[in-house]
Amino acid sequence: MSSVITQQSFRKSLSGVGALIVLLGLVLHFVAIKTLYDLPVIMMIVGLWIFGQNLYRLKHPGAHSGDIELNSKTINNLLTNYAIIIAMVVLVFIICVLQPRFMQIRVVLDIMTQSSTKLIIALGICFTLIIAGCDLSAGRIVGLAAVVSTSMLQTEDYANRFFPDLAQLPLFVPIIIAILICMAFGALNGFLVAQYEMHPFIATLATSVIVYGSCSLYFDLPPNNSQPIGGVRPDFAALGQTKLFQGAGFPGISVLIPIAAVITVAIWFVLNKTVFGKNVYAVGGNREAAVVAGVNVYATNLFIFVLAAGLYGIAGVLEAARTAGATNQYGMGYELDAIAACVVGGVSLMGGIATVSGIIAGVFVFTIIQYGLQFISISPMWQQVIKGIIIAIAVAIDMGKYRKKN
Amino acid sequence: MSEYVLEMNDIVKRFPGVLALDHANLKVRPGTVHALMGENGAGKSTLMKCLFGLYHPDEGEIIYNGQTINDIPNTKAALAMGISMIHQELHPIRFRPIMENVWIGRFPKKYGFVDHDKMYQDTVDLFKKIGLDVNPRDQARFVSASKLQLVEIARAVSYDAKIIIMDEPTSSLTENEVEYLFKIINQLKSEGRSIIYISHKMEEILRISDDVTIMRDGKYVGTWQAKDIDQDFIIRNMVGRDLSNRFPPKETKPTDEVVLEVKHLTAAAKRSFVDVSFQLHKGEILGIGGLVGAQRTELVESIFGIRAIASGEIWKDGEKIDVKSVRDAKSHGIALLTEERRQNGIFGILSILDNTVIAAQNTFAKMGILDTSKRRPTADHACKELNVKMPSLDVPIKNLSGGNQQKVLIARWLLTNSDIIIFDEPTRGIDVGAKYEIYTLMLDQIKQGKSIIMISSEMPELMGMSDRIMVMCEGHVTGFVDKEHFDQVEIMRLASSFK
Repeated sequence: MSSVITQQSFRKSLSGVGALIVLLGLVLHFVAIKTLYDLPVIMMIVGLWIFGQNLYRLKHPGAHSGDIELNSKTINNLLTNYAIIIAMVVLVFIICVLQPRFMQIRVVLDIMTQSSTKLIIALGICFTLIIAGCDLSAGRIVGLAAVVSTSMLQTEDYANRFFPDLAQLPLFVPIIIAILICMAFGALNGFLVAQYEMHPFIATLATSVIVYGSCSLYFDLPPNNSQPIGGVRPDFAALGQTKLFQGAGFPGISVLIPIAAVITVAIWFVLNKTVFGKNVYAVGGNREAAVVAGVNVYATNLFIFVLAAGLYGIAGVLEAARTAGATNQYGMGYELDAIAACVVGGVSLMGGIATVSGIIAGVFVFTIIQYGLQFISISPMWQQVIKGIIIAIAVAIDMGKYRKKN
Repeated sequence: MSEYVLEMNDIVKRFPGVLALDHANLKVRPGTVHALMGENGAGKSTLMKCLFGLYHPDEGEIIYNGQTINDIPNTKAALAMGISMIHQELHPIRFRPIMENVWIGRFPKKYGFVDHDKMYQDTVDLFKKIGLDVNPRDQARFVSASKLQLVEIARAVSYDAKIIIMDEPTSSLTENEVEYLFKIINQLKSEGRSIIYISHKMEEILRISDDVTIMRDGKYVGTWQAKDIDQDFIIRNMVGRDLSNRFPPKETKPTDEVVLEVKHLTAAAKRSFVDVSFQLHKGEILGIGGLVGAQRTELVESIFGIRAIASGEIWKDGEKIDVKSVRDAKSHGIALLTEERRQNGIFGILSILDNTVIAAQNTFAKMGILDTSKRRPTADHACKELNVKMPSLDVPIKNLSGGNQQKVLIARWLLTNSDIIIFDEPTRGIDVGAKYEIYTLMLDQIKQGKSIIMISSEMPELMGMSDRIMVMCEGHVTGFVDKEHFDQVEIMRLASSFK
């Protein structure tokens, strides 16, 4: 048994669902049940988003806008493509039932704040994944940026200054320096990959060790001698801690959220609207064909790692600002989290496939699960187990998608 | 017991859109060398793969040792039955010793562990038997290609096979080694084993074989005793088909203006093309003919900057050009449509749009930022112009048929405004209707004053489309044939003539 729904009516019905959710939210808002916390508001936002997005799609049909046939195959595809999202919705539902306080605007904003720096790192690493590589140096580069930037941004009267005689530099100078150093290490990655055709796995592993060593040497310079860097200038800390629109019961939007949003838009632009972005997909999609088509594979490879390292640098600076401090252990293991988030977000490790929206979803999946499990007091050890299971299942589904087509 | 050790009767094998074997027959007598001959794509390798369990025939029967077998499930079964095969291309495990390469899949064991001493001794014995001088403990990468070929033959022998299939066994052998191979073959023959011998080299065939079976377009032509026939007879039977109306009429004639001249080009790689010189005129289609191993693809890839050259010059429009990379070639207005569409032509998972504009991407960009409003209409126009049948520009190109993929690739290169377009096997794996369209597109380009170099292994295509044919054999140019003198037999003779 199968029936066909046109794309038009499919989008219409989905925007209808969105509108319905908004309405339901409105109703609940006025009924004002206390145990639902901010659920009505959240529902209205989610509903508006579904409504808006489908309305937009209705007006601008996208790539896969054929009519939809309702049969077991379509449903199966849908389940495979959105398995992780579905699992997450179920999990969130369970958490909400167990702990209704989860349904608060504050929680949503917390999750978004925590996702911000992770998202920036994931967007950097996705470039290296599109060319069927990876970047194991991401985490260490994050740590390097944190240490370098904070070392030059301490208050004048702090007792244990990294550079006791350093003048108070304009805020952007140390930040730029930190990011440039990161990009230099990115260039090393890119050079190894492009020049010697080394597999990114081993090239970035080497760089990662070098970066950590250099960072530790720097961190160990007298008079600091490997003590955590503190006494961070308030204007620097503000970069990670400012809350916008705070007050009147509203917890405020962390400044990290708009920063991550701007970077996300920029990366989307680079991937979709620039020659470089197209070349990245081409190199990842079929390297040999890219060579034959005259794509500058060398430059593309090199720039991918420079750009990625720049993003890690930004993330590192923000992380330091948010925590108002740094040690050489900052950023450890971030690369694996970022790779996992990308993979869960549909980035193919075989190269050539990645969407910014998918990566956003992937990052959120991990933050929500981590935050949610903490919220209902699941032990951190169990959290690790669950995280691992998610990665395994996501990759298994991902591989299954390609196996079918061969 | 019948007269034959192996009979393959009316074997039919279909691939999507292609009938690869159309009632092919092969009857092999015990203790003989049976040559299997035909042009490229005649179905020889396909037939052998059916016998070796790599392909499964759709129809027909295989009678082996008097037993009827309809399908050989896999190569392991084929080997167990006593059929072994030496492949045209060797894939040794380069970093492992020779002896492991010989016994892989059936290592001698002792208490469940690999018995290296026995393996070494067995290899020594095996090599001694056929008089091969290779240290079994050497890693394969240190052994020359020709020695490896002989090791491969030793391996085939070691299976105690009743039938040994040799697919172009002499392609990497020197003259002395060929003599040596023939000695081994005679020895195998005297032991009552049969050899199915595939080769393009006529003289070899006539010297070594007892029976000759000729195939053409997947069909069986006939079987003769080698002593009754000569080279001309074989060539006539290999090519004997008429040229029907499969090509659009050509309205223009090439001019005298030379747009591309290649002077004494020699490849940097060994065993590739040597001292190739030719001129390409404006508005001309220069066909390059030759058999497998003629190094035609290597030649055009060098002109396009993919492969390195050791010496020689390339002149374009009267100026010497230096082509070190594809980007150099592109900037000089040279385009190449590669033979292996899937491997280095299309970006399967990317959209038709991206596939179309990739080579001309920079013309749609300012400061590296793409002008989307220009990209899509240009691609759309180009694809419509070439009559690409597609649901939308955003569909991944892998969803298109081979013919439509090829048209997208042509569109890709037309957008770069190249005036020399090199087609390497332009219609491989494309159905007949789409072939005609591709031919029409090629003639359209000629009309617009562009020039084409076309490699083709299909004789009718080569003769139907070219203004002039350059024939190569084993990396050497063996002759040029003008349109007035096109003759299948003559071209085939040139293609197999270099010694």
